[in-house]
Amino acid sequence: MSLRNVGIVYRKELVDSLRDRRTVISMIVVPLLVMPLLTIGVGVLSARLVGEAMKEVPQVMVLGGDDSPHVKAELERMKDLRIVPAQPDYANEISNKQIRAAVEIPEGFESKLAAGESSTVKIYMYEGELKSGFGADRLQRFFRELRDRTVREHLAARQLPESLVRPFDIEEKNVAPPEKVGGAVLGGLVPYFIILLCLVGAMYPAMDLTAGEKERGTIETILCSPVSRTHLVLGKFLMVLTASIATAVLSILSMAVSFGIGKKMLLGAARGAVDSALQISITGRAVISIFFVVLPLAVFFSAALLAISLFAKSFKEAQSYISPLMIVVVLPAVAAVLPGVELSPALALVPVLNTSLVSKEIVTGTYHWNYIALIFLSSCVYAGVAIAIAVKLFQREDVLFRT
Amino acid sequence: MIEAQHLVKRFRDKKRGSVCAVDRVSFSCRPGEIYGLLGANGAGKTTTLRILATILAPTEGTALVAGYDVAKEPQKVRSRVGFLSTATALYGRLSAQEMVEYFGRLHGLDEFALRRRIDELFERLEMNDFRDRRCDKLSTGMKQKVSIARTLVHDPSVMIFDEPTVGLDVMAARTIVRFIRECRDNGKTVIFSTHVMGEVEKLCDHIGIIHGGKLLAEGTPSELRERYAMRDLEDVFVKVVEP
Repeated sequence: MSLRNVGIVYRKELVDSLRDRRTVISMIVVPLLVMPLLTIGVGVLSARLVGEAMKEVPQVMVLGGDDSPHVKAELERMKDLRIVPAQPDYANEISNKQIRAAVEIPEGFESKLAAGESSTVKIYMYEGELKSGFGADRLQRFFRELRDRTVREHLAARQLPESLVRPFDIEEKNVAPPEKVGGAVLGGLVPYFIILLCLVGAMYPAMDLTAGEKERGTIETILCSPVSRTHLVLGKFLMVLTASIATAVLSILSMAVSFGIGKKMLLGAARGAVDSALQISITGRAVISIFFVVLPLAVFFSAALLAISLFAKSFKEAQSYISPLMIVVVLPAVAAVLPGVELSPALALVPVLNTSLVSKEIVTGTYHWNYIALIFLSSCVYAGVAIAIAVKLFQREDVLFRT
Repeated sequence: MIEAQHLVKRFRDKKRGSVCAVDRVSFSCRPGEIYGLLGANGAGKTTTLRILATILAPTEGTALVAGYDVAKEPQKVRSRVGFLSTATALYGRLSAQEMVEYFGRLHGLDEFALRRRIDELFERLEMNDFRDRRCDKLSTGMKQKVSIARTLVHDPSVMIFDEPTVGLDVMAARTIVRFIRECRDNGKTVIFSTHVMGEVEKLCDHIGIIHGGKLLAEGTPSELRERYAMRDLEDVFVKVVEP
């Protein structure tokens, strides 16, 4: 009889909520649209921009160098650079994106090269501007090659070996697994979105099922039915949890799919242009693990939101309580994304932050089982306390009939 | 059967401190009888009826409803009580039938009994035309019928009506008045609160005049008229409330 009533309440709330456009939007539409838009949309857009920037032949200006005709001619022969006539306001032209970069060849450059005297070639570019950076890169490559060639010629003339100026080579090798490389960049962001969507998914139904009932006058109707208040709140809680989990699961699924599609599109769109920062590989194991780590957090959110909005007299009042809560949740979730914030026993007890941190590790392929267990347990305790408070509040007349 | 003994309900109010909404109220109402609780707004009618429906718990005193103590066995009381007030709204996104079904299930009816009961109620209250229509799309009169079906789905022996006709048009109010009378004729114990004298005269077997949380006078309409030597119940009411 008892569990049956929880089930009856849950079923009714589910039907009721699924008929509510606003719940459906926050539970289904947002996760299914937000994730693909974020990953595919932003990813494709940035890949396209990078690709376009790379395809463009940058216009550069050569300043001076009239007494260095060979270098100038060589520059003009470069296929991936277009030389435009020198102008005195080259800096403005770079700022206004009329040209991408400029290079200043010092006086007597070629003769100094031949004489073995040192001189400085200046490259002007707009820091942080992608296309300007590409232009400057090509100029730099050109002059670096010229420098190397000159060194080799000088060495050869004196019959000295090349190793004299290059006694040894340095090579960097990556030992992190591929997911770690991609994960480090985007790893922190993924759980952050899942946690946030868990909260967003629970928010609307929690308010609708409590303050909304008060506002619509159905709270008295349901209180005069024989269902006990504990069963009533448990049924409602299950519905809010369903919405929260549905939002999380749908967002995980849509994220996995959009990453899969997004990766293909990125690779196709700009091949080498997309560096490892944009390559995200998340294993199925990581996705399932994140889900289990986030689960008690979803329980905690659902119960806490239910308790808070039950206290409100109206939907509007509930919103004004819950909106600040959003910031309270967002801050620790964001803190986990910051570089350098690492798991520690103390942080493992901070709700939201702990889950966010451990999820970040999981995405990057690291499983600290001790921490996972500790965080899961502490989250379960917080969730249990929140449920107990919600149940307790539902027994209080001054909360149910607050005037 | 309803037997209220020395019911007291105190609230804590931020501005006014402790407020005694119901102050040692005692009365009884037998099956096949209508008891009218007459009082102005804020007199304590709603609080008294909410205690009887176990929505609120009494601070002191006891009340037996259908043989069960409201404080000790509230769930048993609720399963034998039908409670209807203007504040008991419907779930707008459920259909008329789903609304009644929901309460039938919560009352523990099995699916077969529920189906039969709903068919019977929808037939009797002439609700078949809007059976599958969502409650928020119904007219006031239709909503009223759904509420009545909701209170009757478990065939309660005690009916509690808290100002059931407030805000209703003439036709909808008449439906309610007819329904209250039917309940009495079917042998149910009926208590209802109102501040409309016409309804009291039309319906009540017993009247209790409540003011400031206290039950000031009680009796049949004719007893009260005799006691205060007045023909009009409204005059009696004013006389009792403002001595």
